[in-house]
Amino acid sequence: MHSKSAALRLYVESALAGRIASPFRPPPSQPPRAVPAGIPVLDEVTGGLPRGGLTEIYGPSCSGKTSFLQSALATRTASSEVCALIDAHDSFDPAGAESAGVALRQLLWIRCKNIDHAFRSVDVLLHGGGFGMVAMDLSDAPARLVRQIPLNIWFRLRRTVENTSTILLVLSQESNAKTCASLVLRLEKEAAAWSLKERSLPSPALHTPACLLDGWASTAEVIRSRARPKNLHFLNHSAIPESKDLVRFDLRMKEARSLFSEEERMTDPG
Amino acid sequence: MSFAAIFVPNFTFQAIARGEPELRIEPVAVIEGQPPTYRVAALNGLAEKLGVTVGMTKASVEQFPQVQIRNRSKTQEEMAHQALLDAAWSISSRVEDRARDTLLLDLSGLSRLFGGQEDIAHQILCRTSELGMDVHIAVSANAETARIVARALFGITVVPDGREGRFLESLPVAMLSPSPQLAEIFERWGVSTCKSLASLPVLALSERAGQEGVHLHALAGGKATRPLLIVQPTDCFEECLELEDAVDNLEPLSFLLGRLLQQVCVRISARGLAIGAIQVTFELQTAFESTVLFSPDAISATKSPRTFSCALQLPVPSQDSTLLLKLLRLRLQAKPPGAPVRKIHLLAEPGRSRATQSGLFVPASPDPQKLELTLARIAAVVGEGNVGSPHLLDTHRPDAFHMRKFFVPPATTPHGGPPSGAQTAFRVFRPALPLWVQLQKKVPARVAFQGMLGTVIHASGPWRSSGDWWENQPWQEDAWDVEIQFTSESRTVQGLYRVSFDLHFEQWWVRGVYD
Repeated sequence: MHSKSAALRLYVESALAGRIASPFRPPPSQPPRAVPAGIPVLDEVTGGLPRGGLTEIYGPSCSGKTSFLQSALATRTASSEVCALIDAHDSFDPAGAESAGVALRQLLWIRCKNIDHAFRSVDVLLHGGGFGMVAMDLSDAPARLVRQIPLNIWFRLRRTVENTSTILLVLSQESNAKTCASLVLRLEKEAAAWSLKERSLPSPALHTPACLLDGWASTAEVIRSRARPKNLHFLNHSAIPESKDLVRFDLRMKEARSLFSEEERMTDPG
Repeated sequence: MSFAAIFVPNFTFQAIARGEPELRIEPVAVIEGQPPTYRVAALNGLAEKLGVTVGMTKASVEQFPQVQIRNRSKTQEEMAHQALLDAAWSISSRVEDRARDTLLLDLSGLSRLFGGQEDIAHQILCRTSELGMDVHIAVSANAETARIVARALFGITVVPDGREGRFLESLPVAMLSPSPQLAEIFERWGVSTCKSLASLPVLALSERAGQEGVHLHALAGGKATRPLLIVQPTDCFEECLELEDAVDNLEPLSFLLGRLLQQVCVRISARGLAIGAIQVTFELQTAFESTVLFSPDAISATKSPRTFSCALQLPVPSQDSTLLLKLLRLRLQAKPPGAPVRKIHLLAEPGRSRATQSGLFVPASPDPQKLELTLARIAAVVGEGNVGSPHLLDTHRPDAFHMRKFFVPPATTPHGGPPSGAQTAFRVFRPALPLWVQLQKKVPARVAFQGMLGTVIHASGPWRSSGDWWENQPWQEDAWDVEIQFTSESRTVQGLYRVSFDLHFEQWWVRGVYD
C-alpha cells in the first residue's frame, strides 16, 4: 500500500516536473494583509487587524475593549466597508458610536440574548460573506460560559474567515481562541483622567460639578501576532513588563459632550 | 404584416398539469359538476387510450384504478391563461386575447429582434414550454387563417403569404366553428371541407346562409380580414393553487410553494422583470370545533374562510425562485399558519431587475440577495426586531434609537481617512440596573448594585436633561459620571460608570459602563 502511494507520488511529481517544483508541499503561508484599527500607537505595534484572520481583544471591564471596537468600526466604515456587530448581551451604544465616526448605515447590528445566539449568528454571517469586519462582543458574557466553548468552534470560525477579506474581531474578558487567533491583544485600564477645571457657567439650580471625566489610559499587550516573526514571549508575557509589545494609549472623551452640555445649561429655564 | 396564433390544446387538462407536471405521464381525467353528478370534462391521451371518454360519471372513471382524477379548477385555468398572455407579451406588445386557449399576436417589426417567422414561432414555443404548456403555433399573413391553422395542426406551421387558401382547403368546415344551424345546412349540402365551402358562389351563399355564411366563405378561402383587438399588458402576477386535501405540514407546503414561485418567476422573467415583493395568502381549513357551534357568529365565521398572510419585501428585485422559497420557509417556520392550508394564493409585485457594476476601487460588500437570506436565518435565531441597522431618534432621551431593516448601502469609493485618535466608548445596560446611592453634599459617595458595594472616588455631574414633557411619557434625569472602587477580600476593582437619578420616579439607575 505504502509502495503504491509512493509510486503514485513519484508519477505525479515527474508528470508535473518543470511546471510545479514540489506539488505535495503546502504553499508557504503569507503573512495576513492587515488594515489599521484607528489607534495609531496600537497599529504601529500590532501591524493592524489581519484580514482573513481572527483577532481577539480581551481584558477586564473598563479596559478599553469597546473603545478599540468602536475605533475599528469607525475606520472600516470610513473605508466604505460593510461591518457587522454581533452583540452577545445587547450593550452597544449607537449614539456614542456615531459620535465616534461609525457610519451606522453600514453597520449590521445583531442583538443577541446569550452567547449561543451570538455563535450561531456569527456562523451564518461569516458563511454569507461580503463583510469587511465582523465583530463579536462577548465582553458581558460570563467568563465561565465563554471558557466552555470547545476549541473546535474557534477553529471553525478561523477556517471560515480564512482566504476571505473579512476581519473577525472577538471581544471577551479572557483569551479563549488560543492558537486560532492571528492577533491577540490584552488590554488593561490604568488611571482615569479627571480635569479639575471649574465650570465657567455654573447653573444656580444645580450642583456645580467639581470635575469632568476626560478619559483614561489603557495598556495594550500583544500576546500573539501571526504577522510578526517573533512572538514567543506570549508564553510568559507577564514576566516582560518592559516589552516592546506593551504600549500605552489614551482614550479621550469627546469634547462635544461637554460643549453640548454647556449649551443645555445655558438654555435651561432653571 | 404577419400574425401568429397560439392555441393550447386540451386547455382544461393542461391548466392542471401545469401545477402538477408529473400528471403528463399518467392517465388523467378532469371532472366537474356538483356531487353526486360529477362528469368527466377533459382527459389526456393516456386516459383516452384506456377507454375513458368525456361525459363519463366519476363512478365510471373510478373503475379504472390507474386513472388519476382531478377536479376542474377555474382559478388554475385563469392562472394558466394569464401565464399564456405573459408568454405572448414577452414576444409582442400587440396581443389579442381571442379565447382562454387562443391568442393572436401581431408580429410586425419583430424580425429584427427575433429573425424570420419560423424563428419567432420557435421563440414562442420555447417560452410557452417554460411555462409548462404544449401549444400549437401558426404564422400567417392573415390572422384568422393563423388561428384556424393553429387549432388544426400540431407544432409550428408557417403559412406562406398568398397560399392561405391552399393550407385551409383540406380542413373540415367544423374548424371554422359554424353555428349549429349552419353546420346542419352544410352537412345537408355535402359541404364538408373548407375547399368545398370556398368554391361556393358568394352571392348564392349569402341568399341562403346569410352574413354568417359569407363570413365563413371568406374564412375558408383565407381572405377574412379584421383588426386585432389589442389587450394592454398588466403587471399583475398571481398564482393560485387549490388543494384537494388540506396540508398541515411545512415540508409539503414548501414543495407546493416552490412550484408556484417557479411559475411566477418564469412568467416575470419572460417579461424582463423581477420580483420586488411577494404576498402569500393561505386559505385555512376551518376547525371542526368551530363548525359545531351554533351561535350566529360562529356560523358566519364558518362561511368566511380564515386566511393567513405572509409578505416578503426584497431589497433588490430577484428572479431566483430558490432564494424566495428559502425566505418564505424561514418566515413560515418563525410564524406558521396555525391550521391546515387548503388554498394558496401568491401575488408577486414586479420590479426592475438590478443592473449594477462594481467599481474597481469600491470594497466588496455582501450580495444583497444572499444577505437577505442570511438576515432571515439570523432573525429566526435572535428574533425579527433584533437584526438591523440602528437609527438614532431625534431626541435627547438616553439610548433612544430604533432598528431599521439593514440594506447594503450603495457602493461608494472610500471617503477620506479614518478618524484619528481613540475615543472612549460606552456600554449600555439594557435594562438599566437599579442603584442604591448614599449622597454626601449632594454628590454620590457610596453606591451599591448587583450585590456589590462601592465607594465613589470621582464624580462628575449632575448633567440634567429632560424632554417629552408635552407627551404622556415625560422624562427628566440627572446623569453622573462616576469612578467607583469595589473592594473585596481578594482585590480592588475600579470602574467608570454613568449613573442617573430619575427625577420623576426618584430612582437611581446605572445606565452603563465606560469601556
